[in-house]
Amino acid sequence: MIVADKKPIEEIIEEIKNNEKILILGCNECVTVCEAGGKKEVGVLASALRMYFLNQGKEVKIDEITLERQCDHEYLEEIRDKMDQYDAVVSIACGVGVQFMAEKYHSTPVYPGVNTCFLGVTEERGLWTERCQACGHCILASTGGICPVARCAKRVLNGPCGGSAKGKCEIDKEIDCAWQLIIDRLKALDRLDEYEALCPLKDWSTDRAGGPRKVVREDVQQ
Amino acid sequence: MKVKTPSKLEKILAAGHYAVTSEVGPPRGSDPEIIIKKAEMIKNHVDAINVTDNQTSVTRMCSLAACIRLKLMGLEPVIQMVTRDRNRIALQSDILGAASYDIHNILCLSGDHQSFGDCAQGQNVHDLDSMQLIQTVRYMRDEDKFLGGGDISRPPKMFVGAAANPFADPFEIRVPRLAKKVAAGVEFIQTQCIYNMEKFELWLKMAGDRGLLDKVYILAGVTPFKSAGMARYMKNRVPGIEVPDELVKRMADTPKEKQSEEGINICIEQIEHLKGVEGVHGFHVMAIEWEEMVPDIVERSGLYPRPTVD
Repeated sequence: MIVADKKPIEEIIEEIKNNEKILILGCNECVTVCEAGGKKEVGVLASALRMYFLNQGKEVKIDEITLERQCDHEYLEEIRDKMDQYDAVVSIACGVGVQFMAEKYHSTPVYPGVNTCFLGVTEERGLWTERCQACGHCILASTGGICPVARCAKRVLNGPCGGSAKGKCEIDKEIDCAWQLIIDRLKALDRLDEYEALCPLKDWSTDRAGGPRKVVREDVQQ
Repeated sequence: MKVKTPSKLEKILAAGHYAVTSEVGPPRGSDPEIIIKKAEMIKNHVDAINVTDNQTSVTRMCSLAACIRLKLMGLEPVIQMVTRDRNRIALQSDILGAASYDIHNILCLSGDHQSFGDCAQGQNVHDLDSMQLIQTVRYMRDEDKFLGGGDISRPPKMFVGAAANPFADPFEIRVPRLAKKVAAGVEFIQTQCIYNMEKFELWLKMAGDRGLLDKVYILAGVTPFKSAGMARYMKNRVPGIEVPDELVKRMADTPKEKQSEEGINICIEQIEHLKGVEGVHGFHVMAIEWEEMVPDIVERSGLYPRPTVD
């Protein structure tokens, strides 16, 4: 999933302080699972903002809506007839949702309410960690199912670097060395001999380096 | 091994001499005198001088410019190049720039993570890793080609080195990792600072058993302790360095005013010991901010005068 983290409320207040009719817009997908932008968080943020503006003696209308998704036209269309009621939207979907909202409702300011962090997993409640950087060309087949692009601080493709100590990364003793994990996993799969295969220079043109990306699937287009 | 480049370092190794290298760190400023002064201190006692590339990710004068200074002094630089800060365009370009000054040695590294340095908020590049940089230099040198396939006029004639750390984890892949660097085309290795002789010798033996020592020259890295505090720091704080307790104790048991002398003594003992170890082809003396001690270490280790080669 896309993992996001709440923005400090002070930052959100700074974004919207000059508006009087505000919609807090949640998303029922990834950000709900990582407890940053779902219905519950919409409610918490809306209450906090109401409290803030009340204390400031300002009359500000704050409404709450949570859509099934903010990355699909059909769900964003559900609020079209309500949009004229607001002079600003705080989207607490990921950056994708914020942008798709802004594209669709061109004349309404849309502000981000979360920081979009990474593609990751829920290790336990309250702990999400990165697994993928969407480089566009998956190499997991040769790395025992563990990604050095996402999980090595230097994205070293022929690791580990000299900074791996006791299974941990040189930058933080809390972070596993991706290459230690790869080696452990290759060993468990009885494939440690594959470690010695040199990983060739990676084609990063499918990564961010190649510019904004798109996937076109004519077979499913109508 | 056959000599493939005009590198003096390569010729000395190929002739069967123990090679001696050391390093200078460029300054945090643009004063060339600092490089010149450091090089003057060691130039008669080493065969080649590594110039570090923004080591520990602290911004400094660039390795290439400092290497050119050494060339202008008639010395033999080893340009260190990390993959942290440059993509494959910049790396190839700097390799050619170095080659244009007939810099004949390169050490291919990934580089410390930028979080250790003075620009922790900066991006890192890592378009290539250190093994891929080795492959890149070899490709440019041996195939006369750029990575993009175009021809290089006057290709770089560089003797290609890399680092190896026998003490990093996991130990079981330390030799396979060396094998991988050899497969990538590395020709000489400068090791991390060695204090744990037993482990280093085990690593060398395992490398020898795989036939790797016939394919790559190993320069053993040594670093003298300046003080007991430094020994403790290296033991506890520097990732990938192993300092046995008895060495820390020996330094700590030495009166403070004699500790630096004891550090040099230990370093010389280490070199003397390593000379007897099969597969050691030379020494990389890393006297960190203590370059003035290099001549003494080299002389007292019986490595002076340095050989001459054509």
